[in-house]
Formats: sequence, C-alpha cells, structure tokens
Amino acid sequence: MSNTSLATGHEGTIRDQVKAYFQRVRSGEMGALPAVSALILLAILFSSLSPFFLTKLNFANLFVQSAELAVLACALVFVLLLGEIDLAAGVTAGVGMALFVVLNQKMGLDPLLSVIAALAFGSLTGWIIGLFVARIRVPSFVVTLGFFLGFQGLQLIMLGDGGIYRVDIPAIQAIMNSNMPEWAGWVLLVVMVGVSLLIGLWDRSRRTKAGLATRPIAMLFIRLAFMAVLGGIAIAILNQNRSVSIKAIAGVPIVIPIVIVIVFIGTFVLDRTLFGRYLYAVGGNPEAGRRAGIDVAKIRIAAFMICSTLAVVSGLLHASRIGSVESTAGRTIVLNGVAAAVVGGVSLFGGRGRMMNAIVGALVISIIDNGLGLIGLPAGINFLVTGGVLVGAATIDALSRKRSGGSILRT
Amino acid sequence: MDTPLIELTGIKKSFGPVDVLKGIDFTAYAGKVTALVGDNGAGKSTLIKGLSGVQPFDDGVVRFDGQEVHLANPKQASNLGIEVVYQDLALCENLDIVQNMFLGREETTTGTLNEAAMEFAATKALQSLSVRTVKSVRQKVSSLSGGQRQTVAIGRTVLRNAKLVILDEPTAALGVAQTEQVLNLVRRLADNGIGVIIISHNLADVFQVADYISVLYLGGMVASLATADTNYNDVVGYITGTKSLEGAAS
Ligand SMILES: Nc1ncnc2c1ncn2[C@@H]1O[C@H](COP(=O)(O)OP(=O)(O)O)[C@@H](O)[C@H]1O
Ligand SMILES: [Mg+2]
Repeated sequence: MSNTSLATGHEGTIRDQVKAYFQRVRSGEMGALPAVSALILLAILFSSLSPFFLTKLNFANLFVQSAELAVLACALVFVLLLGEIDLAAGVTAGVGMALFVVLNQKMGLDPLLSVIAALAFGSLTGWIIGLFVARIRVPSFVVTLGFFLGFQGLQLIMLGDGGIYRVDIPAIQAIMNSNMPEWAGWVLLVVMVGVSLLIGLWDRSRRTKAGLATRPIAMLFIRLAFMAVLGGIAIAILNQNRSVSIKAIAGVPIVIPIVIVIVFIGTFVLDRTLFGRYLYAVGGNPEAGRRAGIDVAKIRIAAFMICSTLAVVSGLLHASRIGSVESTAGRTIVLNGVAAAVVGGVSLFGGRGRMMNAIVGALVISIIDNGLGLIGLPAGINFLVTGGVLVGAATIDALSRKRSGGSILRT
Repeated sequence: MDTPLIELTGIKKSFGPVDVLKGIDFTAYAGKVTALVGDNGAGKSTLIKGLSGVQPFDDGVVRFDGQEVHLANPKQASNLGIEVVYQDLALCENLDIVQNMFLGREETTTGTLNEAAMEFAATKALQSLSVRTVKSVRQKVSSLSGGQRQTVAIGRTVLRNAKLVILDEPTAALGVAQTEQVLNLVRRLADNGIGVIIISHNLADVFQVADYISVLYLGGMVASLATADTNYNDVVGYITGTKSLEGAAS
C-alpha cells in the first residue's frame, strides 16, 4: 500500500464533521437548510399572530393538510431530479381518482381493485409521457402541458360537467379522517428509530469490514435521539384529545405512517439502489451516463412512471380527505407540488434533491396556507406569498448552482 | 524490445471518398507513454475512435499483446482493457468522486449499493497513482478543479483494470500547475505498467512525459521516434510536413 492517505470525509471528531458540514453549506450545498429555517420562522411568526396556530387541533390539521401535497412533491422529485417536469401530475391524480370512483361507485368494482386500477392508470400515463420525453425527445414541459389540458377533458367526460361523486368507502375515508390508537403511534416511533439504528449500524459494519474510517458513533446516536425526541413530542401532542366538541379526537392520523413509508422507500431507492444512482447520474450529466453504459431512456421512462403513480396516490389521499371526487380535481395542486419540492431544496436543474426536501417544502407551503388562513387574510394574499416563496427558492437554487459549479472553466 | 501492447499495421479508414487513415502502422508499449501528435485534421481522433471501437477501422491488422483482435465495438475494446479518457471527461458534477469512478459498474450486495467497498477500491486506485491533490474521495465533482477532474477520470481507468489508457488532450484546458499534476499522473500510470497513449498539441508536455512520439500527417504516419533520439525542431518539421522522410522508425 502506498504512503499517501486519502480522506473520505468520515474520519475526524464530531467537531471536524460539523466544520465540514458548514463548509459544504458555504460552497452551495445547502440542501433543506433554507427550508427548515423558513419552517421555523413561519411557525414562530404565525403562532405570534394567531392564537389558534399553536393549538393541538391545528397541529394535527397541518399534517393532514400537507399530506397530499407532500406525496405529490415526492412524486415530482423523481422527474425534477432528471431536470424534467410533470405539469400533468395533478390532473393525472384527478383522472386516477375519477377512474377509481367510476369503477367503484358506477360499476360496483371492489374498492381495492379500483385502487389498483387507478394506480395502474398512473403507471401507464407515466410510461406514455416517458416515451414522448425519452424516446422522441419532446420537451417534458410541452408533453405534460398537453396532458394537463387533455386530462381535464377526460375528467369532464368521465364525471360529467360539474360532476361530483361521493366516496362512500369507510376504509378510504379513514386514511385522512381517522387516527391510530395511542399505542400504535408509539410503536411507529420505536420502529422508525429501530430501523434507522439498524441501517446506521449496518453501514458502519460494512465500512469497518472494508477497513475504512467511520464517523464517531455518537453522531449516529445524536441523530437518533433527535429523531426520538422530536417524534416523541409530536406523538405525545397528537395522542391528546384535540377535539373542540364532545366527541374526543386523539391519535396519530392514519395518513402519517403512509407518508413515512413512502418517504422511507423513496429514500432507500434513491440512495441505495442502482436505479437511484443512475437517476442522479442522468440528471447530472446524461452524456456521462450514456457513456457509462446506462440506458438513459429507460431511466427517464421509469422516473415518469413513478411520478405519475405516486401522483395518483396523492389524489386518493385528496379523495379520502374531502370524501368526494370532482371533475376539476388536481388542476392547481401541481404548481404547489413543484413549489414544495423546489422550496424544500430540490433543484430545477436536475441532479440534486431528496425525499426529505419534498416533505419539508410541502410543510412550508402548507404552513403558509394554514397560517394566512388563520390570520384571516384574503385568499389572494396566499397566492402572492406562495408565488413569492417559489421564486425566492428557485433563485436560491440558481445561485447555489452557480456557486458550486460555475467557477470552473470547462470546454 | 518486448512485444508491443498494441500494434497496428496497415490501418485504413475512409469516410466516403475521403481517405482519413491511409494504411498506417503504430505501436505502443506497456509501461511506456506514447505521444500521438499531428496537426488538426491529421487523423488522430479517427485513430483513437478506431482503437476504442467507437468507429471501427476499414482495413488493417490490430494486435493486442501479440494476439490479433477485432475492435468492432466499444465493449470489445473495454473487455481487452482499452480505456479512453475523452477531452470532455464525462463526469457527473452532482455525484462524488467514488460515485463517478464507479458509474455504470457499481458494486452491489443483495441489490443495494455497497458504498464501503466502492470507497475502498476508489481510494486504493487513487493511492496507486499517489494522488495527493484530492481532499476527500467523497467530495462532489462540482467542487473539483480541472486537474482534479482529470485525476478522477484517469483514476477511473485504473479501477477498470485498464491495460491501455488513451488520453485525448488531457492538459488542453489546464493551467501550469495543474498540467504538471496531470503529467505526473500520466507518468505514474505508465510506471504502474499500463500502456499510455496521449494526444497533445503541446510539444513541451510531450517531451516531458512521452517515451515515444508518433507523428501523423494527412492520414499517414510520418515518424515514430523515441523521445530521447529526437528534438523539438524535428518533430515540428514532421508535424508541419516540412520534414517528410520516413523517420528513424523503430
Ligand atoms: N465522420 C466523419 N465523416 C467525414 N469526415 C470525417 C469524419 N471524421 C473525421 N473526418 C475527417 O477526417 C480528417 C481527420 O479528422 P480527425 O481524426 O478528427 O483529425 P485530428 O483529430 O487529428 O484533428 C479530417 O479531415 C476530418 O474532416
Ligand atoms: Mg481531434
């Protein structure tokens, strides 16, 4: 072995690690930092402006209200990572919902089969969009704009002009409107911390076996403790009665573990599988990917399929929350979904972003909506603020890209 | 002299009526740096594309390690251990050094990426080249200088167990200090027993790093020289065509 040694970024004390982190932030790799800061600032702002903001009921509402948006933003991460966009994600969700109610209510198909059919429709849609984008190389902006218009027509045809269908399935309605028993909330937390611990230890053991330096184990424990404390506080609050009427409401909303599972699987796929690695590679430099032997078109098509399928999941959450499906569903939410992802730190230029970015971004957008509503400002202000936040986030994105990559001359 | 690592005889390539390579001979040896020089349009890139299998030759014999081989596509070339570092490097800026070095050849265990194994192998490959300029192998490529990026691209060929590494203008976009780094790296690559072919327009670089110099002029190999036996002026003469005799070919 040679006498030189190369650092890996894993060695050093906790102090070194913190220093390295700030160095990365300074060089433009800010990740979710701006969004997390915004989240905290907004929470402080709104709780000082409205006495209702910090109530237990509103706390739970915030999670439930942001769930649809969070899942949609997670869906969009897959195409945004490629530097592509899916403007049709919202209406794909809308048509998926319409298909679900038509199959279930009109044709009497089993609810589960109807859900599966709606999800399959999502995959098919993503596949077709992907073919246009990846094989024919039509810009995704244009293809999905076309789908955005076309699918609105499909919704009208399927549900009729101004048509609304009620969703009368208790299991579906429960997702957004019911809560888990108290103990289940705690089990959820224990499982999350436990799985994180196991993954952390597994990674460490692989590094040790390969003879590589590992970060101080205290860092793993600090991260897990952080997770346990924050999660514990949230569950403790959610497990208290938050009802303003006689009938008690308590427990972690059922949708929360669903979102957590989606985030967990999404993160696992992005960070730890070949598909995830290739997604980042193609988003960063498609030509490099092609030369490395990656089937670029296949990756692109798969990304659009995942996006559209997850969008339908988000649509089903919407249908669950409001208990009905309308023919205009999903038209506006896609813009908030893109906003959430970008505000959370997903780059519009491709190649940078994670599931957690989408979640934090969705919380920011939802908190603005929720807080401004509580203060009693007119709805117009909400649009203005959200739009401003999106432009601000995109500006941070563009600037940090410049800082981290623009200084080097390349030919 | 030992058997050449690669030996081309009578190589021809034309595009329609244009004969770009007119039956050239060329050799490169393991553990040696062979510079390929020539004016724009002489046919250097065409020769490289043939060797990498991207654009197969029309005619002629290719021997690799003494064996006659056919380089019909990039896969066959890389199976033999021929790796090309193109001028644009083709790195993903958003990925780190390890991820770039393993792109397309990731190591997995039970379907998931084995980051530890890859980090270890990448570190070892860079250490074998005595790379000192890289702070951490988990740095994003976007934070690297031009010379460091070359280092990553060259390190990747080591990881792939390349026997013959072809570098297209590796120093063209670099400043003085970084050029020096890259040339050192090229030298070490050869010292590790790898055959290196380097295309360069910079004769100072060529004379510093190369053991042999082959000069292409209008699709013909006009000279194949040992660097020690020639000088700057002669090489310039061959490149510009003012000196056109078959040189003291090996
Ligand atoms: N695909 C091609 N079709 C037609 N002519 C080509 C093609 N590729 C190269 N040539 C011609 O072959 C000649 C040699 O090109 P090239 O190998 O790129 O030279 P160099 O790399 O030495 O500058 C040039 O005259 C060029 O125009
Ligand atoms: Mg050329």
